[in-house]
Amino acid sequence: MNVQENIHRQVTTNSVVLYMKGTPQFPQCGFSGATVQILKACGVQEYTAVNVLVDPDIRDGIKAYANWPTIPQLYINGEFVGGADIVREMYEQGELQKLIDSSAGR
Amino acid sequence: MMTANEIRNTIVNGLPCDHVEVLGDDGQHFEAVIVSPQFTGKSRIQQHQLVYLALGDRMRSEIHALSMRTFAPDAWVESAT
Repeated sequence: MNVQENIHRQVTTNSVVLYMKGTPQFPQCGFSGATVQILKACGVQEYTAVNVLVDPDIRDGIKAYANWPTIPQLYINGEFVGGADIVREMYEQGELQKLIDSSAGR
Repeated sequence: MMTANEIRNTIVNGLPCDHVEVLGDDGQHFEAVIVSPQFTGKSRIQQHQLVYLALGDRMRSEIHALSMRTFAPDAWVESAT
């Protein structure tokens, strides 16, 4: 299975997936850390966090997958939601909570 | 190392903008506000993609951290009131 197929499977078989630098416990980039905090504030208990720093293929592949050059990237129900700025904006405007509440598994 | 002004110029050269403001003086972290008629009717993701397209390879190689807010002209007017 190639990287793109692997990513596709990852984002479609898990309801919430965050590609980030570091881990939720130890984020290694301010933008990734901020996104983790927002998911927490939205009451998301369980999600799949993928540390791109330990997998160079995923790190490059995820940029091509969404045509998005930066990390973090948040996916809900297989849809690319956005990077740190968009996630924050959606959170501030209450849109992210709605999206999470309407997503499967809750 | 890029300056805020270079980032501003790169964006303006690649995307017709009504207003661009880029802040950041440490050569690494920048914040931008971009207003473009091209954003009208587009999702936030598409708006940011247009900015990334204008920045091209520089986004991957030279810019460590760029935080941005994008507005279509009418949304920009609303945000100011």
